Amino acid sequence: MQDAKSVLTGGTLPELHKLPELRKRKQRHLFKRVLRNWELYLFIAPAFFYFLIFVYGPMYGIQIAFKNFIPVKGIIGSPWVGFDHFVRFFHSYYFWDLLWNTFSISLYGLAVGFPIPILLALAFNEVKDGFFKRAVQTVTYAPHFISIVVMAGMIISFLSPSTGLIPHAIKWLGIDTPDFLTDPRWFKTMYVLSDIWQGAGWGTIIFLAALSGVDPGLHEAAIIDGASRFQRVRHINFPALVPAMTILLILNMGTLLGVGYEKILLLQNPLNMESSDVISTYVYRSGLLDAQYSFSTAIGVFNSVVNAILLVLVNQIVRRTNESSSLW
Amino acid sequence: MAVSAIKETGRDRAYLIFNYAMLTVAFVVVLYPMLYMISASVSDPKAVSSGEMWLLPKGITFDGYRRVFQDADIWTGYANAILYTAVGTFINLAVTLPAAYALSRKDFAGRGFFMAMFMVTMFFGGGLVPTYLLVKELGMINTIWAIVLPSAASIWNIVVCRTFFQTSIPKELQEAAQIDGCSNFRLFVKIVLPLSMAIVAVMALFYGVGNWNSYFPALIYLNDSAKYPLQLVLRQILVLQDLSTQAGVSIDATTAEALNSKAEVAALVKYAVIIVAIVPVIAIYPFLQRYFVQGVMIGSVKG
Repeated sequence: MQDAKSVLTGGTLPELHKLPELRKRKQRHLFKRVLRNWELYLFIAPAFFYFLIFVYGPMYGIQIAFKNFIPVKGIIGSPWVGFDHFVRFFHSYYFWDLLWNTFSISLYGLAVGFPIPILLALAFNEVKDGFFKRAVQTVTYAPHFISIVVMAGMIISFLSPSTGLIPHAIKWLGIDTPDFLTDPRWFKTMYVLSDIWQGAGWGTIIFLAALSGVDPGLHEAAIIDGASRFQRVRHINFPALVPAMTILLILNMGTLLGVGYEKILLLQNPLNMESSDVISTYVYRSGLLDAQYSFSTAIGVFNSVVNAILLVLVNQIVRRTNESSSLW
Repeated sequence: MAVSAIKETGRDRAYLIFNYAMLTVAFVVVLYPMLYMISASVSDPKAVSSGEMWLLPKGITFDGYRRVFQDADIWTGYANAILYTAVGTFINLAVTLPAAYALSRKDFAGRGFFMAMFMVTMFFGGGLVPTYLLVKELGMINTIWAIVLPSAASIWNIVVCRTFFQTSIPKELQEAAQIDGCSNFRLFVKIVLPLSMAIVAVMALFYGVGNWNSYFPALIYLNDSAKYPLQLVLRQILVLQDLSTQAGVSIDATTAEALNSKAEVAALVKYAVIIVAIVPVIAIYPFLQRYFVQGVMIGSVKG
């Protein structure tokens, strides 16, 4: 026991000819660890089975993307068809529209929405703790907790051409209002801006956390050197946010095609379809509403593969430029 | 130099003013729609639809709320949502906390394996249709289990809890208890959990709000409307009934007028429904804001 412990803690250098014996001892030690902490396996069991059944289980079901799934024959019994469903999807006439809508909504959201929490966090950080700061934070965090359904309801109510607030405001300015809800040209803006309204305040938290880690000594030194507030924000606070920004950006890239059923589905209508239909809503429609299980699974697989490629690609680029802030 | 280093220069002040201005704009932009909704929900629908009501309620009426509370579907939705949220959140915690604790223990053999197995699910999954087929295969369609089980845990929250256990519970305390012959189970229940109430509260709230707000699983797995949670009932009222009043169908003047007054009342009901739906979450939010923020911080700083 004494010996094994000192070997494991690196206390003595093991002699080479004792290696097999050492391995055996290590195994015995592992066995002891497992035995002593058997309860920890009970602790992790629910999570283990949850992930096994509900996350890895569906991964097993992915094979139907390469089969013609026939419910009565089951996943195993259905005949293989190779890449037929993929080919059919790539050749369908809505393929490019779906791809374009998905990418453009994601990138639009990222381009407009990504900088705002950063600017807000930098601003929050310059304001002394007190009523004003607390009030602004409380209010800007609040929309995060509003459900997507209510959010969609709000958008529809506010933009309704006959009774909505925004068309009224625009009319008051003397401009013709487009019908935001049914005009395809407005769908993406409506989607992105409402996302920002709902998420920007909450998004500041992660950056505020990063800012709280900034060494006050840097600011003191900068003040003594005569730096202005703006210069300190620009050269001390902003660089402190870069690692968090990079990680978030990489993660966002990994979900670029994941732009969601949840809100789009609620705001979609036959009139704005040409700009609102994205891959995930299409998967929902063709898969669950039209029961084309294999076909829509194939689209889902295509989606995941593209996401994974983007994630790896962006991470690789980041790693080239700045090793420490890449995801792996 | 006469100006001391600490004193603010004019440029600094200008920058600060810009800062305050920006935050004030954000404050107003976020707050205004919320105040407007509250006012609109108790105003004369004519004043709202004609755009006379801008901020303060005009011609106060509680007709909207009366209609909402008379709606049987809303009550069923509320009851179902409470049930799903309570059961769902309990399951979420029962899965997340013990797993996170086990993963926080350095002497837990197999830690790396479990961690890797869970992390992979952050980036890969089976997708919508295979998940749906699995849930169907398991016979859970149209039952509460389809709502609470497929989302029983989130890897992100497990990692946040694990980090909390690792950094906030002194290792010495656990070791001392173990030397005294305390079992892992007792250690977890009697020592670790009581010291972790902050993170337990955060998790209960994150999962709780998530369960309360979710509509998609209910949409795809439930087909009996008596089992619909509030969000799905709201979807019916807020989203689905809408196009009829806007699709721009050509109609004659009298029908148009009738439709218009119907649209006005419908809008009033919508605002009332929105308020009724948000109230439970907004009511607890100010008290718990501190914890919410703490939860995100733990997750982001050390995660």
